[in-house]
Amino acid sequence: MTSDRLANRVQGVPPSGIRRFFELAEEMDDVISLGVGEPDFTAPSRARAAAIESLELGRTSYTANRGMRRLRAEIADYVQKWELSYDPDDELLITTGASEGLDLAFRALVDPGDVVAVVQPSYVSYAPGVQFAGGEVLEVQTRPEDDFALTPAVLAASGADRADLLVCCYPNNPTGATMTATEIEAVVEFIKEHDIFVLSDEIYAELTYDGSHTSFASFDGMADRTVVLNGFSKAYAMTGLRLGYAMGPADVIGAMNRIHQYTMLSAPTTPQYAAIEAITECDDAVERMRTQYNRRRNFVLSRFEEMGMDCFEATGAFYAFPKAPIEDDTAFAENLLEAERVAMVPGSVFGEGGAGHLRVSYATGLDDLRVAMDRLESYLS
Amino acid sequence: MDARTELLGLLRENARYTISDLARLTDLPEATIEATIADLEDEGVLRGYQAVVDWGQYDSEPVRANVELNVTLDHETGYDDIATRLAKFDEIRALRLVSGDYDFELEVEADSMSAVSRFISEQVAPVPEVTQTVTHYVMESYKENGVVFDDGHDDDRLSVTP
Repeated sequence: MTSDRLANRVQGVPPSGIRRFFELAEEMDDVISLGVGEPDFTAPSRARAAAIESLELGRTSYTANRGMRRLRAEIADYVQKWELSYDPDDELLITTGASEGLDLAFRALVDPGDVVAVVQPSYVSYAPGVQFAGGEVLEVQTRPEDDFALTPAVLAASGADRADLLVCCYPNNPTGATMTATEIEAVVEFIKEHDIFVLSDEIYAELTYDGSHTSFASFDGMADRTVVLNGFSKAYAMTGLRLGYAMGPADVIGAMNRIHQYTMLSAPTTPQYAAIEAITECDDAVERMRTQYNRRRNFVLSRFEEMGMDCFEATGAFYAFPKAPIEDDTAFAENLLEAERVAMVPGSVFGEGGAGHLRVSYATGLDDLRVAMDRLESYLS
Repeated sequence: MDARTELLGLLRENARYTISDLARLTDLPEATIEATIADLEDEGVLRGYQAVVDWGQYDSEPVRANVELNVTLDHETGYDDIATRLAKFDEIRALRLVSGDYDFELEVEADSMSAVSRFISEQVAPVPEVTQTVTHYVMESYKENGVVFDDGHDDDRLSVTP
């Protein structure tokens, strides 16, 4: 249905496929949902206390457009562990969730007609974000045989050499894939050769289970052509507090800030206080959550193997991405939900490359995960 | 984290995890799990596996009290000697030497308030080294052994999100 009132670029973007599945799951009782894209933990108590204290002290005014200076300085220190070096005054912007950073980056970098290569399967917001900015989406489908890592071969085959911007996300939602330094290095050569700018969503960086996270921007010559997005939602279980940050070359961050100062003014103040506490004092809480996620990851992957479900070893975020036992992932997910009250998100929601797969979130307590896996097993047999 | 520490953590979380579950959770072979648990039991690190009971949800409830105990020591009697003697009482569910205003902290359990009182006055207080007891009856339990006694349904997340 089209309408004269609504802008064409909005009408051209279909509603998220995840919405339909959400409505289906919501209609039923006793559903164990493995479809949740946020932590099941709560924000560390120290971070919550810092937020409350800031309110009690009456810290309810705007902050600087770019975010509180102290928070930016702490973030700049913090990201050095990923071999990233940013000037907190010019190269770092506090945003309202990494989501705002994403939107700002598209608006700052994409002109109508620009080609934006979006690595898929991917988080559902990238392609619409490009379209809202007037860009042309070029889908780059990573492959199960590469464990959903991005490769130069896949980039070349997709025609990404003509892209102005490349959007990627590792550790990945929905696949749980991570990329090693060697794998990224190969991609970096392609990126430099074809002079492509990169938007690297590294929101799941802390949730890496095999080795440590490697940032796209940490390679020679990449910091100047990459915007890294990160935030507090996943690592610190602060999704509802909506706080993220963008890091990149001063001109791009400056442009993003120009949009931000007119459209958002500043990220919300209360979460910025929580974030300072989180980033300086809550490493142990992050470690505890990571340990729990890793146990559940082991558990889920083992159960898939026992059931004969084909699943690569997802090493990041809190997702596994098994192959659906039948080709039609949507039908399988809907039937499983109907018959066993277990919700898994059909992979095709995350782009064509996700078809035939299921996103299984293990941001759910072990008791529920055990029952969900038992139900899946009984359904399969 | 080494396997021993990891297994201790998991068993403290849920002592009824099966060997298969523990193997899945740690990505270790079942044989390794079995051998490690056997070692921990042999070494006396793992002393038992018990249920966490929310008595408030059951039809009858034992009376429980935390008891502060002060003692005097002499050349022949140390804390360990007193503890060994006290530990033999079935009514004492937990016994710890603690820092602060008193020496021992006891968790005492019996069928009724009078039974607890009688036990303290007739069995504990007369121990020659005991100089003072202060009894605190447990009125409500909100959390035991790391388990919160709530309805367990505080997940307010949307069921499916991107």
